[in-house]
Amino acid sequence: MNYDQLLNPEVLNIQPSGIRRFFDLAETMSEVISLGVGEPDFPTPWQIRKAGIQSLEAGKTRYTSNSGLQSLRETVADYLERKYQLTYDPLQEILITVGGSEAIDGFIRAVVAPGDEVIIPQPSYVCYEPITRLAGGVPVIIETKAEDQFKLTPEALKAAITPKTKALILPYPCNPTGAIMEKEDLEKIAKVLRGTDILVLSDEIYAELTFGGKSHVSIASLPDMKERTVVVNGFSKAFSMTGWRMGYACGPQEILAQITKIHQFAIMCAPTTSQYAAIVAMTECDEIVAEMAEEYDMRRRLIVDGFNRLGLTCRDPKGAFYAFPCIEKTGLTSEEFCQKLLESKHVAVVPGPAFGKGGEGFVRASYCYSTDHIKEALKRIGEFLEELNR
Amino acid sequence: MKLKLLKLLYKNSRLSLEEMATMLGAETKAVAAAIDEMEKEGVIRGYKAVIDWERVDNTNVSALIELKVTPKAALGFEEVAETVSKYPEVESVYLMSGGYDLTVIVKGKSFHDVAKFVAKELATMENVTSTATHFVLRRYKESDIQLCDRNSDDRGLYSL
Ligand SMILES: Cc1ncc(COP(=O)(O)O)c(C=O)c1O
Repeated sequence: MNYDQLLNPEVLNIQPSGIRRFFDLAETMSEVISLGVGEPDFPTPWQIRKAGIQSLEAGKTRYTSNSGLQSLRETVADYLERKYQLTYDPLQEILITVGGSEAIDGFIRAVVAPGDEVIIPQPSYVCYEPITRLAGGVPVIIETKAEDQFKLTPEALKAAITPKTKALILPYPCNPTGAIMEKEDLEKIAKVLRGTDILVLSDEIYAELTFGGKSHVSIASLPDMKERTVVVNGFSKAFSMTGWRMGYACGPQEILAQITKIHQFAIMCAPTTSQYAAIVAMTECDEIVAEMAEEYDMRRRLIVDGFNRLGLTCRDPKGAFYAFPCIEKTGLTSEEFCQKLLESKHVAVVPGPAFGKGGEGFVRASYCYSTDHIKEALKRIGEFLEELNR
Repeated sequence: MKLKLLKLLYKNSRLSLEEMATMLGAETKAVAAAIDEMEKEGVIRGYKAVIDWERVDNTNVSALIELKVTPKAALGFEEVAETVSKYPEVESVYLMSGGYDLTVIVKGKSFHDVAKFVAKELATMENVTSTATHFVLRRYKESDIQLCDRNSDDRGLYSL
């Protein structure tokens, strides 16, 4: 069979992830010190796991309603109000999804028609562009700049808007740059958007992880922005629950109703066990979440300081759990840097361009690792740089 | 800063002053001074490694002893506890609420060793009215560190 002719050309055209190659190479090595993953090292807090186990013991093993357990949606509503001053109606404006991933997919599929443009700031998480293409949409990339701390500027946004613009993706706190958008930054973006018909997908999956005393602000909490914004968030990062696959979308009932239809037919409902566990995560874990955030903050300082000492300029990442040092002065491309570092020192970091062309000259180093692990990685990177200079 | 510093030290006292200062966003000098001060005040009592002895030798044993004490005249709980604390065989001593008064953790080379110590030294002590000895069979967690887990990171090497 000639599969190339059988399969959907849109899917065939999607490039496999830029890290596949490194992954295969690293698999053949021993003693790899990885700073390569985008998920917490902390185990899911025990009381959350226990809630999952108890739900199984109690036989809660059936489908829930399509939108998710009502008690969970109410919990999410309370949580968002308490944390980010967002008010959503649990019955009509909140959908429980399979990770933030499904919420992102659902939003894009629900709003993007063929030919619609979706503005995507990069470097950023990798899913927005392929999903937009699958929906027949046209990704319009804005390359955010190191000198702007990788923030989205109103000027860049204005320049990207055309009559075909359907939506803006707002991926902050940002994987991989660690950039956040503070209230005044968001206010400038809101000013550009008010009075337009442009929708916003605000991916706030790292909202709990902001540092330096700056709490996360959601663009949906600014005047007139709720009506045009869908907030996506989830349990993976804040509660160390990546494998539970729990996320949610919140927004105007008119949009949520459409996303819910897609969800209903494609997914049915998010995993039931995980939904019960998620209630406990949001109601009983403030303290442990704060502790984990504090631990990340310390590791963040350690790794940023480490890179700067090694001469690799690293801005202070204000959110998420990644450092994004500049490796330009080595004279290597990001890919070369990562490959050579892996081959000679068995240290795994992700090349910046995996997150968009604008990531060239940078690498992403996750600090979801113990301090000893981070120290060992930095030591090896130091040796690597020294050997390069010889 | 002091509380955060203590937490950090409790978790890992082998970080350098510079590393701790970086992690806390403080000056190295300030961290050094705070540690000095807390050592002098007796807040910080020492720095130790948490060791899973089972992995090196199996011969040492320890036991938790419940002591019942009848405080008499000049010899209250405090005095008994202090006397008990002086023995090198004794690892920890706690005053308890509930059914008995002092928990004493005793270590020795063998069950016999520990039993002998309890019988000869603790049981015979003035004011001690009874002892109950519980031998430790296995340690699973010590000072916040799990001893039984294999420390495996089951995450992959890369993910986006
Ligand atoms: C920015 C961002 N959004 C969304 C996700 C998806 O997370 P999940 O589907 O586990 O909620 C990730 C995961 O790495 C991410 O980094």
